[in-house]
Amino acid sequence: MSAVTTPARQASGGVNVKLINRVVIYGLLALFALFYLMPLFVMLVTSFKTMEEIQNGNMLALPQAPTFDPWIKAWSEVCSGLTCVGMKGYFWNSIKMVVPAVIISTLLGALNGYVLTKWRFRGATLVFGLMLFACFIPFQSVLLPMATILGSIGRFGVTLQNATGTSFGLGNSTVNLVFVHVVYGIGFTTLFFRNYYETFPTELVKAAQVDGASFFQIFRRIMLPNSLPIIVVTVIYQFTNIWNDFLFASAYAGSGDVMPMTVALNNVVNTSTGVVEYNVNMAAAMIAALPTLLVYVLAGRYFVRGLMAGAVKG
Amino acid sequence: MAFLEIDGLRKRFGQVEILKGIDVELEKGGFLVLVGPSGCGKSTLLNTIAGLETITSGEIRVDGRQINDLHPSKRDIAMVFQSYALYPNMTVAGNISFGMEMRGVPTAERQKAIDKVAKVLQIGHLLQRKPSQLSGGQRQRVAMGRALVRDPKLFLFDEPLSNLDAKLRVDMRIEIKRLHATTGTTIVYVTHDQIEAMTLATKIAVMRDGEVQQFGTPAEIYNNPTNLFVADFMGSPAMNLIPATIGTNGNALSVVLQREARAPINLPMANAPAGLSAFQGKPIIFGVRPEALTDPEGAERNASNIATADCHIEVVEPAGSDTFAVTNLGGKGVVARLRADANIQPGTNTPLAFNLTKAVFFDPATESRIR
Repeated sequence: MSAVTTPARQASGGVNVKLINRVVIYGLLALFALFYLMPLFVMLVTSFKTMEEIQNGNMLALPQAPTFDPWIKAWSEVCSGLTCVGMKGYFWNSIKMVVPAVIISTLLGALNGYVLTKWRFRGATLVFGLMLFACFIPFQSVLLPMATILGSIGRFGVTLQNATGTSFGLGNSTVNLVFVHVVYGIGFTTLFFRNYYETFPTELVKAAQVDGASFFQIFRRIMLPNSLPIIVVTVIYQFTNIWNDFLFASAYAGSGDVMPMTVALNNVVNTSTGVVEYNVNMAAAMIAALPTLLVYVLAGRYFVRGLMAGAVKG
Repeated sequence: MAFLEIDGLRKRFGQVEILKGIDVELEKGGFLVLVGPSGCGKSTLLNTIAGLETITSGEIRVDGRQINDLHPSKRDIAMVFQSYALYPNMTVAGNISFGMEMRGVPTAERQKAIDKVAKVLQIGHLLQRKPSQLSGGQRQRVAMGRALVRDPKLFLFDEPLSNLDAKLRVDMRIEIKRLHATTGTTIVYVTHDQIEAMTLATKIAVMRDGEVQQFGTPAEIYNNPTNLFVADFMGSPAMNLIPATIGTNGNALSVVLQREARAPINLPMANAPAGLSAFQGKPIIFGVRPEALTDPEGAERNASNIATADCHIEVVEPAGSDTFAVTNLGGKGVVARLRADANIQPGTNTPLAFNLTKAVFFDPATESRIR
């Protein structure tokens, strides 16, 4: 017994220092977490309060009579500019833009990564370098040239419409935004997948070749099923970026009923008739933020794992 | 005509020539081992046979058919990789049948083939597991199963045992040898381990810097190395390569070995190779394997040419089955292999018997054999 307790007693000084360290570390972490969560908390409680309570009460207080009315109003009644039909239409606009853009850019990035690492060709490094360069191009410098290109595509769509009776979606604002986000996203998605596939064992590809699998069969049956962590990282990254994008959205789909969520939210908040309905604004902002939150919650645990993949040889 | 023929094969990456004209052939049912140090081009040679690397010039034929430009899957080959390369997302059964699936073999037929291979390799109970749930030896077995199920003309093994621990490696080595004996397949096998090469091969190609140094049966390679590199690379413990000069002893030529602080040893030779007479008075390299240098009682009785000389023993290493004694001749440590119970003490002068019938001689300038 004593043989066990003696070393513990001797080490008690060290234990105290350790304890203090822990307290300091966790104290700081808690403080910063609080700092970050405060705005979210204020948004949430405000969105459940009535206007009277907001005008009279404390910003941090919990709602005395919680109500869903602001949320309902934000979803289906709130005015964005002159049209008062709520956020729901714009929410679906964003979904219709985000889902195809994320899927297409992720698949293209995976395909690029696969080719750049497993089917190296002369100049592959240069091509990768140039694609990497795309990550550093500021949004603003693309705005005008992209507008010109989208204009041309739109005119081509009109020609198609006259000739065949359908424009195949060319010139449609949502299609335009998908196109812009795919083009802008390819640099990032390629970077993610190339770095992941760089450490992916090439012998698997060789074995599949000997087994008679074709280029796309290897991609679909061997590469993609073994890429879950990096797919999650890419999807989270692309989803968040595209959903939150305001610049491209306001430039190419900035008015009318084609607006994505971000632009519509801005219009709601800036509409200045009568009283500013903070509770409704907060509810609208929460609705706008929910999908990204949801993606993080559902896929978050893969996120760190995916970011770390390739950092250490497994 | 041989089953596998490689003629004048060259492979170039930019300005660097990796394979410099390889000529090798193998009979049907043979076991060819490509052996050599890292970077000698042995794996590249195997990859060119598999079709995973293109060749710059030359020709590869299997069973009389030229396969130079065929896609890997059209060459009727199967390959076992160093890392096993099992598809992590598929079960063992899926791994084994992936090739058949790609070739559009019906499900029932696939199942039959899987069961047959599983029986041969005793992996029936593992079929529904993922590769991550298998031990190293089991993965090795599955990788061989994936190759076996194709029933190919040619098996290619790329250092298949180098990821296993020492004991398992010996077990799997025997298993591969048994597999070869029972199935009678033709195998090309890459390794850097010369013991694997000696034990498995029917033919060995010793490679260095993209060239075949010597091509022959294991016995030829071991007993008749064509140059200093092959002599040094093959055999464990390695052959003693002692700097010496050629002198005379009466009418016969003799090997003169310098000793520290004592008169040189003069070993008379009854049947010296013809080429040696030109080296009279000149330096040569005298090669003698440890088992050809032993205590006089343990020396081969029927060897025609044994010379005994007193040597100063510096270190004695009892290894259980043998006792190794280290002496110093010509300025180099020389290992002698004695019976386990040989009575030998370090620090003493003990007579050692040189079996000169087994001795080989090299020209130090060209490093090639003097015959």
